[in-house]
Amino acid sequence: MKNYLKNYKIQTPQIIISFFLIALICLAFILDMDLVVLLNESLIKLVMNGILVLSLIPMINAGAGMNFGLPVGIIGGLIGLCLAVNFRITGLFGFVMSLLFSLVICLFLGWIYGLILNKVKGREEIAGTFIGFSFIPLMNYFWTLVPFQNREMLYPIGGQGLRPKISLENYFSNVLDDMWLLQVGSLEIPVGLFAFYGLVCIFIYLFFQTKVGRATIAVGENEAFSKLSGLDISRIRLIAIIISTVIAGFGICVYSQSYGFIQLYDEPLSMAFPAISAVLIGGSTGKKAYIFEAVLGTYLLQTMYLLTIPIANEILIPELTEILRTFITYGIILYALLIKDRRGNKQ
Amino acid sequence: MRIKDGTDGGIINRVNRFVDSEHLVPAVFLVLSFFAWQFSGFSGAFVFNQVLTRFIRDGVLVLSLIIPVVAGMGLNFAITVGAMAIQTALLLVINFQVEGATGILSVIFLGVLLSVALGFAIGCVLNRVKGKEMITTIIIGFLFNSIYQLIFLVGFGTFIPVFNQEIILSRGIGVRNTVDLGMYRNTIDKLWLLKIGAWEFPIFMILVVLFFAAGIYYLLNTRFGHEVKAIGSNNEKAEVSGINVNMIRIKVIILSTVLAAFGQLFYLQNIGMFDVYTAHLNADVISCAALLAGGASIKSAKIRHGILGIFLFHTLFIVSPQAGQNLFNNAALGEYFRSFVAYGTIAFALIINIKNENK
Repeated sequence: MKNYLKNYKIQTPQIIISFFLIALICLAFILDMDLVVLLNESLIKLVMNGILVLSLIPMINAGAGMNFGLPVGIIGGLIGLCLAVNFRITGLFGFVMSLLFSLVICLFLGWIYGLILNKVKGREEIAGTFIGFSFIPLMNYFWTLVPFQNREMLYPIGGQGLRPKISLENYFSNVLDDMWLLQVGSLEIPVGLFAFYGLVCIFIYLFFQTKVGRATIAVGENEAFSKLSGLDISRIRLIAIIISTVIAGFGICVYSQSYGFIQLYDEPLSMAFPAISAVLIGGSTGKKAYIFEAVLGTYLLQTMYLLTIPIANEILIPELTEILRTFITYGIILYALLIKDRRGNKQ
Repeated sequence: MRIKDGTDGGIINRVNRFVDSEHLVPAVFLVLSFFAWQFSGFSGAFVFNQVLTRFIRDGVLVLSLIIPVVAGMGLNFAITVGAMAIQTALLLVINFQVEGATGILSVIFLGVLLSVALGFAIGCVLNRVKGKEMITTIIIGFLFNSIYQLIFLVGFGTFIPVFNQEIILSRGIGVRNTVDLGMYRNTIDKLWLLKIGAWEFPIFMILVVLFFAAGIYYLLNTRFGHEVKAIGSNNEKAEVSGINVNMIRIKVIILSTVLAAFGQLFYLQNIGMFDVYTAHLNADVISCAALLAGGASIKSAKIRHGILGIFLFHTLFIVSPQAGQNLFNNAALGEYFRSFVAYGTIAFALIINIKNENK
């Protein structure tokens, strides 16, 4: 890690994004916005989206590419959340239980997902995209038919089928956000939230220190060589994919408690792309990713989005935020696809 | 799973030949749509007329996918870019209030010009990501969608002068969500309409789609077509035998994009209402799924796969919401089934094809 930081090179997309960010901050300053409030919010946004971004790292490092099948893990997490709400478990304990439920479900989903991805080695990205896309309508059946009892999650009329948006207000919305708040002047630092984020980072860091973790990196860097040295490549990839899926499930749990709602049905459809673009903005090439890159990328992107919303409203075109967001997301992914292959060809 | 065909027994051979996904997938679709039709309670004539409408509406879009598959570039999800090109041309022409035949001709001229330029750009990009064309085309499609939105939601009224106030939002910036195509609606659909009882045959448009199909068939049998097939079966070999692989690939994508532009034009004139920001969004997935339903794979596609696929896929598409309503008392379930079939067909084809390739 230390070595890596010394060798860290800033690349074009980061320069562009940073300049853009500075320009936005200046603009916000000119428009007389409250920068401290924005800073507070940016810290929450970092963790809210950050864990989903972190979940990409094991798969990228195992050579299974950018995880366009992120909806698989997200849906596992959503089931966990729904179970916790169905059993009416509230407070921090409810949140922890939702993590446990989603852990179990994501282990299973990740195992199946990994088995499929092992069959499509080298083309995981396109296969993952459509596995994710087709898993969502399949799960829509589940959301509609599942016999949950809590009226607060069901459609008010008919009483069958989960609502597209389930409020967590009476359960565990913002439990992490509000835990151990540290006041520094008017700045609020959500220590509890950061502690959880840190735990996930440390877990990933420690995973790559273990024997399996080192083998994962070796497989990602040179599959042919790893095969010769006797590593069971399919098994190692499977482990990395399962870990990615589990962290993605945790990611959506944290996201939902910050957002205050569980969003079901087609909502996970477009969640993979922003997460992938974040790790790419952080400087990853899509072939290898570090925790630092995921954190930096998420922070840059989320702060930028946060700043564009009030500015776009100020110039009377509120749609501009969303357009800009998608433009940056897909632009950076396309850039990464192009760059990665140019490097690949040179070898 | 397949047993090597040998001298022992013709039955195994015949079974093997049938179990091939080229036959299996259409067979599954046939069975599914038959049962869904039975449960939907629609009359045969109604379903047939609807499917025929879909055939003239989506036919050329599906056909536009064939050449890239033959060239070994997989499913071209960037046909949405061609669709956006013709929509851009349409909006510009409506903005400048060019009407009648001049209007339609200028839409086609502008649209083709734009699609050639965009197709060239996409082709150049795809030449740098060989082996990852499909994921790249998906991302290109999404990226262009946001550029398209940027132009029409933000650019119109700020950078682009507005001549036709009817299509602009009341705030003066951005195009409305729907633009009426009243003057173009069903102008050519109803040409040579043949009615036999409740069955309707829009002969002219069927001939147009078949004309495009014949054109692609002819093209694949010219020298250019043989070169396309050569790079599809083996890139390096084609390179050695003196074919300019990169140039052919660019031409293939240009052709596909232009065809998609025509396809979207037929689609829009058939629908008659132009949803500016959503009309093109599912063009790629629906068309790809239809092509695969007809028995194509990501490695080989023929005209007959496309034509058969449109009929099978759209029959299922038309009847499944009503079948869901009748079976489970919930139309949404049929709706989910539709999207699952669309995405699932593609996912299934990808997994099976790549798995076989890796062996």
